[in-house]
Order: sequence, then structure tokens, then C-alpha cells
Amino acid sequence: MRKYTFTEKKDTRSGYGDGLLEAAKRNPNIVGLTADVTPSVKMEAFAKEFPERFVQVGIAEANMIGIAAGMTIGGKIPFASTFANFITSRVYDQIRQSIAYSAKNVKIAATHAGITVGEDGATHQVLEDIGMMKMLPGMTVIVPCDYNQAYLTTLAAAEHYGPMYLRYGRPTVPNFTSLDEKFEIGKGILLQEGKDVTIIATGHLVWTALQAAEQLHKDGISAEVINIHTIKPLDTELILASVLKTGCVVTAEEHNIIGGLGDSVAHLLSRTVPSPIEMLGVNDVFGESGTPQQLLDKHNLNEEGIIASVKTVLNRK
Amino acid sequence: MKTISELQGVASQVRRDIIRMTSQAQSGHPGGSLGCADFLTALYFNVMNIDPENFKMDGKNEDLFFLSNGHITPVFYSILARRGYFPISELGTFRKLDSRLQGHPSISHNLPGIRMASGSLGQGLSNAIGSALTKKLNGDKSIVYCLCGDGELQEGQNWEAIMFAPAKNVDNLIAVVDLNGLQIDGATKDVCDLGDLRAKFEAFDWQVLDMDGHSVENILSVLHEAKEKLKNKKPVFIVMKTEMGKGVDFMENNYKYHGSVTNEEQTKVALSQLKETLGDF
Repeated sequence: MRKYTFTEKKDTRSGYGDGLLEAAKRNPNIVGLTADVTPSVKMEAFAKEFPERFVQVGIAEANMIGIAAGMTIGGKIPFASTFANFITSRVYDQIRQSIAYSAKNVKIAATHAGITVGEDGATHQVLEDIGMMKMLPGMTVIVPCDYNQAYLTTLAAAEHYGPMYLRYGRPTVPNFTSLDEKFEIGKGILLQEGKDVTIIATGHLVWTALQAAEQLHKDGISAEVINIHTIKPLDTELILASVLKTGCVVTAEEHNIIGGLGDSVAHLLSRTVPSPIEMLGVNDVFGESGTPQQLLDKHNLNEEGIIASVKTVLNRK
Repeated sequence: MKTISELQGVASQVRRDIIRMTSQAQSGHPGGSLGCADFLTALYFNVMNIDPENFKMDGKNEDLFFLSNGHITPVFYSILARRGYFPISELGTFRKLDSRLQGHPSISHNLPGIRMASGSLGQGLSNAIGSALTKKLNGDKSIVYCLCGDGELQEGQNWEAIMFAPAKNVDNLIAVVDLNGLQIDGATKDVCDLGDLRAKFEAFDWQVLDMDGHSVENILSVLHEAKEKLKNKKPVFIVMKTEMGKGVDFMENNYKYHGSVTNEEQTKVALSQLKETLGDF
């Protein structure tokens, strides 16, 4: 069994900020926009280094999306950033018409996604964004799992032509992936090989899934762990190969189980290899105030929750 | 460059196209289209620096136009075809299955002349600002034009954009509102009164000009003045007074023709009032 370790915890939004700065150094066409949350979305270094390429829109997210779309005409690559709720729910039609339907090369870089926003509560904890974004034709949706993957995601996004939704988080989480790893949009990563069950996780829950697999191993259950960072397009090849071997699946994500990763995996399996699946996520409710860990625990989005889901799905095999 | 009377001739043909396109499709928005025919003719034929035969999405070193009130595709498509972006005969496919001439502007079918989808209202000014910012970053001295409907200004996103453009000195942007005073549910003043648009835009620090949307001479001179005013480092807003349905007597100032079309008999009457100058499609 492969052993994963980390030396520090970092936030994925910082992976975005640092990745954006590096991408901007490499490509003069990269521009950045935000709506009065520059430090929160970690764009301070970019704004300082490239003030002329930084657009402070003010608290006007709809206008930000429209401007970002317009800026692509003439070759700019805009990264538009604010909290995930305000750059999805609030501006869905703007994204739909000006970015997705107009096929514009805009990177919607959303921070503070999911329930781990914590104390701010449900208004700020978007749990529907993956669903909204993946339903838009032509939209690529990526959820990195740690700082390093967020950094690589940002660099890859800068080089990939087309509308993209990049989902970053607020809390610090174990930074366990390597910057030397190959990151390819649409290609999942097989983190742990196993034969009894496939655990497919995205975002902050990937580390949790690895911890759960380690515990399961001690109990004699061999769990395969796959990191799906790209929700759309989904790496169907990797998932199907794994499920054909294990015969059952648990998905884990910080999102409503309706419309998220689990939904995408179930959609795939029901049309190809119908298999027992347990979906761990937020069960169609809004979030609330609390610390990130308290909220994760409340929704069983922890090691114990994954282990319990694995045991349930194994019984259904 | 065309003479005034040539421009008037083009506008008359454009109006015929609008009536014929919408009556053939038995759908579409003829009223606002007729009202903007003179302005768009003058803009596309005599004002904007464009290269219709070699349309490129990036629009570098060309003036750009954004249609925010996307429903007036009949006039937009007619102008684009008559200006040479695509074959005039294609106007006959308007709103039909597999046509490049979608009900509202779309880039999905690669119609030359369109750079942004519109139709869901209130987004075009933001798009125009974005492209204007890119032109400035690229050192491209061209100008970006945007047309909005008056009823459309009820959409809140416009006011985000209206606040932004002067605050950020977007000095390569000319926005025009089609002030015909009508919208789907009736008079704009009854639906939700826009009040004094000049005062509102001046309060937001725009340079404001008035324009008679049915006088080609006035349109040309006001657009010239607008370009001069951009040197003051602020965007220009033009209040363009028009009549919905202009050119067809029974359609003029009749809000019913915002989104309804002429029947066979009405189409004959309408076309009898509009001179065929360049040949129908």
C-alpha cells in the first residue's frame, strides 16, 4: 500500500493565487479580475506585479463576468475571481450567455467553495456550483484537492482554450501531492490500488479518502482510491477500469449529492457498468455556521463517513 | 463612404429586409429593428472602421459593435449582410432550423459579424467594456460601440457597467440607447419610468449627447462629436430618440410590434411604403 504524507497544510485558493502569478509571468495575455475580494482570492501578488492587467470591478459580479467575456475579444485570457457562490449562483445567466454560449476563453476561478467556508454560514457555502457549471455545454469543471494540485490546475487552465470553472477552497488542508506530478485536464489520478471497492473523491475529501483507505486496509478491505479533479469532462476510462475490477463505488465530495461528482459517476455507471454506489456529500440541504471540521463531521464528510459508506456498498455487492 | 441619400437608400432596403424576414419567419421583432435602421446603417457604412470580408473574432485594430438588445436581429442581420459580412440571400433563412441567423445573436453557427451572444438583456454594455479594456491593453486605438434598448436599462447589470466605465476611464467606448419609449408591456414610463436619462448618466460621469435616430445627417454629426469627446478620457453616452416601427405608418409607435409580425396583407402594405433600392434578398 502506498503511503502518503505531507509536511504542511495549505489552502487551495493560495495554490490559485501563486499559480496565477506564475501563469501571468509566462503569458502576457493573462488578465485578472475580482469583485472587491483581492486578498481573499489570493490575487494580491498578481495585482502588485501586473497592475495594468488587474481589473478591480468592485462589488458587481454580473459586470465582472460580462467584462471578462468581452476581454477575450482581442486575445486576453481572463481569470475572474470571487467567492464561489457569487461567481456561480448569482451570475448564472451571465456565465451561460456571455461565456458558455459565446464560447469565450474565460477562467471562472471560484474560491471559498463548499461547506468548509465555515462560520460565514449557508449564504457563502455554495454546494450547488459543480452541478450548475457542469450542466453548461462546453464548460470544463475542475476541483483541485490540495495546494500543489491547485497550482498545477491554474497553470493548466491558462494553457487550455475554452470556458472553465475552477473550484478552490478556503481552509488549509494537507498538501500531499507533488508539483512534479503530471497534471492533465480530464485525466484522473489513481492514488491507491485496491480490489474490493473504488473510492472516488474530489477536492478536500481526497486526503480524507486516502486516510479512510489506510484504515480499511487494516480491517482487511482493499480500497482503490481515485482522485477525480476534472468533473467534466469525466475520466470515464479510469473509472470504468477500476469499477470493472472492484464492482462497487463510493464517491466523496464537498457538494450537494445532487449534481456533483457522485451524480456524474452514477450517470456513467448506470449507462455502462451498473454497480452499487454510495454517494457521500451534503444531502440536499443548505449549510450553516460552524467550524469547517464541525461541518464536515456533521455531514459525515470524514474518514468515518467514508468507511461507513464503503461497508454499506460492500454489502450491496 | 456613402452620401446621405445613399445611406437613406440603404436604410430603406434594410427596412424592407426587416419586414420580409419577420413576415417570412412569422416571428421576430420588427418594431425596434425598424427604429434602429437609420442608426445602424450610418454606423456600419460610414462610421466604423471594419473589415467585413475578413471577419475575425479578435477584432484587432477594428472598431467593434455590441448589440445588447439582441432581439433586434432583423435589422442587425440585414445590415451585416448588406455590408458584406455574409451573403444577402442568407437573410431568407432567418429563424429557421439550421440557419446561421439564429433568433438572437449567437456565435454558435459562426455567422460572420457576431462576436457575442445577446438576447438575455443587460449584458452587452459589460461585454463592450471588456473588449474596450482589451483594446487599451493592446494599444489598439479603435472604438467600441454598444447599442442598448431603453426598456433594457431596467436590468440592474447595466448600472454596474454604467458606474464602472467612467470610474475606470474607459475612453474608447460609445454607448447608445434606443429611446423609443416602448417595451413589451407598453410605455416605458408606465412599466418602470427611466426618468431623466441624461441626468442619470451625467451623474454617473458620462459625457452625454442627444441624437435624432432618424436623421442620417444628425447621426453622422453626433457620432463624430462623440468620437471627439472621447479625448476627454471619459466614455460617451448617446440618447438616441427613435420611433418604434419607423417607416411603416401602422407600425409606428405601436408597442404591439415589439415582438409581433405582419400578416400577409399587412406585409404588402408595409412593403408598399418602403422603396426597394438595392434589390430584395
